[in-house]
Amino acid sequence: MLVNEKIAIEHGLKAEEYKKICNLLKRTPNMTELGIFSAMWNEHCSYKSSRLHLKKLPTKGKKVIQGPGENAGVIDIEDGDAIVFKIESHNHPSFIEPYQGAATGVGGIMRDVFTMGARPIANLNSIHFGSPQHKKTKNLLRGVVHGIGGYGNCMGVPTIAGQTSFDSSYNGNILVNAMTLGLVKKNKIFYSKATGLNKPVIYVGSKTGRDGIHGASMASASFDDKIEEKKPTVQVGDPFTEKLLLEACLELMAGDSIIAIQDMGAAGLTSSSIEMASKGNLGIEINLNNVPCREAKMTPYEIMLSESQERMLIVLENGKEELAKKIFDKWNLDFAIIGKTTSSKHIELFFDDKQVANIPVDTLVENSPMYDRKWKKSKLPKKNKIKKESLSNLKIKDVLKKILSNPNICNKEWIWQQYDHTVMGDTIQKPGGDSGVVRVHGTDKAIAASVDSSAVYCWAHPLTGGKQVVAESWRNLISVGATPIAITNCLNFGSPENEDNMGEFVECVQGIGEASKYLNFPVVSGNVSFYNQTKEVGIKPTPSIGGVGLLKDYKKMITMDFKEIGNLALIIGKTEGHVDQSLFARTILDEKNGPPPEVNLFNEKNNGESLLELIEKGYIKSAHDISLGGIITAISKMCIKGNKGIQLKKSKNLLNEIEYLFSEDQGRYIIEISPKNLKVVTKILDKNSVHHEELGIIIEKEVIINKKTIVTIDELKSYNTNWLNNFMSS
Amino acid sequence: MKSSVITFPGSNCDRDMDVALNKFGFKNKMIWHNDIELPKCDLVVLPGGFSYGDYLRCGSMASKSKIMHSVINFAKSGGLVLGICNGFQILVEAGLVPGVLLRNKYLEFICKNVFVKIDNKENTYFKNLDKSIFEFHIAHNEGNYFCTDDQLKEIEDNNQVAIYYCNENGQIEEKFNPNGSIKNIAGIFNKEKNVLGMMPHPERMIDTSLSGEDGSIFFKNLINNIK
Repeated sequence: MLVNEKIAIEHGLKAEEYKKICNLLKRTPNMTELGIFSAMWNEHCSYKSSRLHLKKLPTKGKKVIQGPGENAGVIDIEDGDAIVFKIESHNHPSFIEPYQGAATGVGGIMRDVFTMGARPIANLNSIHFGSPQHKKTKNLLRGVVHGIGGYGNCMGVPTIAGQTSFDSSYNGNILVNAMTLGLVKKNKIFYSKATGLNKPVIYVGSKTGRDGIHGASMASASFDDKIEEKKPTVQVGDPFTEKLLLEACLELMAGDSIIAIQDMGAAGLTSSSIEMASKGNLGIEINLNNVPCREAKMTPYEIMLSESQERMLIVLENGKEELAKKIFDKWNLDFAIIGKTTSSKHIELFFDDKQVANIPVDTLVENSPMYDRKWKKSKLPKKNKIKKESLSNLKIKDVLKKILSNPNICNKEWIWQQYDHTVMGDTIQKPGGDSGVVRVHGTDKAIAASVDSSAVYCWAHPLTGGKQVVAESWRNLISVGATPIAITNCLNFGSPENEDNMGEFVECVQGIGEASKYLNFPVVSGNVSFYNQTKEVGIKPTPSIGGVGLLKDYKKMITMDFKEIGNLALIIGKTEGHVDQSLFARTILDEKNGPPPEVNLFNEKNNGESLLELIEKGYIKSAHDISLGGIITAISKMCIKGNKGIQLKKSKNLLNEIEYLFSEDQGRYIIEISPKNLKVVTKILDKNSVHHEELGIIIEKEVIINKKTIVTIDELKSYNTNWLNNFMSS
Repeated sequence: MKSSVITFPGSNCDRDMDVALNKFGFKNKMIWHNDIELPKCDLVVLPGGFSYGDYLRCGSMASKSKIMHSVINFAKSGGLVLGICNGFQILVEAGLVPGVLLRNKYLEFICKNVFVKIDNKENTYFKNLDKSIFEFHIAHNEGNYFCTDDQLKEIEDNNQVAIYYCNENGQIEEKFNPNGSIKNIAGIFNKEKNVLGMMPHPERMIDTSLSGEDGSIFFKNLINNIK
């Protein structure tokens, strides 16, 4: 078939992009070449709308070994150890086929991590669904959770933390973001840069089938009514093969045979081969007849665009072919020498002794389009004046019941019990805490990780929202006693071709950048998912932040459950009564306007570092950051987990009691200390100019809020645990 | 005391088991599924995981793997063979313990702590245990133990039920059954009680920082009984 502009447009390219391709090649591309361009130049692979803005993120730091641009980011955790980590979206496929979409999302991110030589040690995920009332929500949730579990459980990697939210803006576009952390020795990290001429290019793993063709292009477009027809673009996962691939790759990596390695993720063989050549400033020659195929008569076009899973491309040292083949034979995986590196700086493909494609590598990568899209700045909304009458009619207990049973607050055990979170025998903080924590096997160290997003804040004011998510990630790590090191981000937005959506993206990124710079919490990896949009309606802007921190001594880890009757609870950070955009305002007052709580980065840093100091000195018995749902929600969770109550002190704060308990001011934590340490703890906080107040004393099974309001722990538990179980079994 | 842990290609609790056995004094060796001979040892463990992907019935392909001939012979000659989780499924498929393991009743993978009762103590695994109620960890999708009425009668007559799901007070009732197993069965012996298959993972509970420490009691007791 001859290529023309119409066919190019059907491949998701714009008319001017097609013109650019013809100019770069100085001829019309053939079908295979057009397929390759469309795969490399789509939004998902080329970052054409986001590159310009992502460049502004802080990506360097003392602990950063590898920032963005590789398969995953790498940070130093001392003693020659390093952590490789990244978060990635699999939103579009998960909506079309929730089980396989989510499963292959998990598989893809684990491959990114072990491609770099690291053994995966923890998985996390951030998943977002439409309104619980929407007819698709329940099945999508069930399918996604089964898919994440199905893949991660089989791989034997614990899923240690996550986040789930419901919002009607995800009705037509759910979000599935998967994150993996891996452990590697600093001197055994593998990269994707090919070096040397005439080096064998090896294909290993599963055979290539017709699944997932145009997957990356599908993920670079909005949804319409015919989205169900896109099912064939969703890949099918085989976690057992991935487990074999993991073990085989790590076995080969123990030696010195590999020059470069790259997994075949989005755009399969196309992007993996081109990326390796591009980074090494080399050419690559592939004989497509040598690619192991699952189906008969696959064309070069199909082979290059297939997104079959569990495949890797390796550039080997000469003479190591036999040794490598032996390892892959042992693990029953395909092993094929499919090409070699060349000096041509072209990608040259051969099939049935004919050249079927010949494209200069730089045209696909460096010369790929980059757009400075139009975007609209958002104004900070005006504060709402909340009428005192509307608060005085409310009963605290009723409000608390509604908040604790809200889908976005309620206990998510139904979800995480389906994930193996204890395999590998190092999980010391399970899901449901502020961060998941795993020990670095065989050492005293542990790694804490958390994944967060606050779409409502980002929607109300992207710049503040972007800052807030980073701050929340930082707080979640500190709450378990970890020193925050770096983050990975998954930026989920609507169409970049819409000025409002693009504005949300630009300003969220700016907010993320400001906070991560101030907190010395650099971005080392990430991914952008645009076009989370059905027809004209986009999702609320949802950047997910995956934070990683280090505990030098895992025995000093903190959990949130109240520990001992008679101990005191203190609040670190100031409560100003910011109710706009809080869960309370949205669900109880039905007030959707107003600004999100302000993020004061100085206070965040100061409060967090002071808490770390207290933890280091051994004064903290339990800690929990205050976020969605305010002080009383945080207390409730600490009580439920510790099976203990608290008698609240009458606050000296002049705020209305409801504002005090449910407002969502930032930079706050609740800590538990022994009464004998009150003086020394307050002295340290005063010395550091950290605002603090006494909240109450830990008692047996009741939360005494004031004389009139007493809630038992059993009541709290029933408010908090029933919603999701009932929803899934109804 | 020497132990051997069999690694199938999709095993994923083999390392955890190796760590646990070594911690409590076993000299453990990892044995590849394609090997033919078992080394001389006092205990063989089939670990948890997804042996060959388990796309067919769990454990069925593993039960036919090369090393299993030796494992079966070892068991038949009275050697101790312990199958945990997927290892239990393999034992069932190999016919070393009776019954089958079906998909969990609620069709969902379950990963959590449960209480179990062990009062069948006239065997090498459990003799000398000074308590009967343990908190163990389970993580499985197919742990729903089932057998025919005739088999059940035989199992009970021979005192082959090793472990029951219960609550913290040791009550064995349906509401404390996490996966729908017949009679709350969590573990089964062969007639001779040298082969034990169980769904719970004692190897995940071997220090206070993990889900609990009852696994330590299990392993310490086991090695003392073998000595």
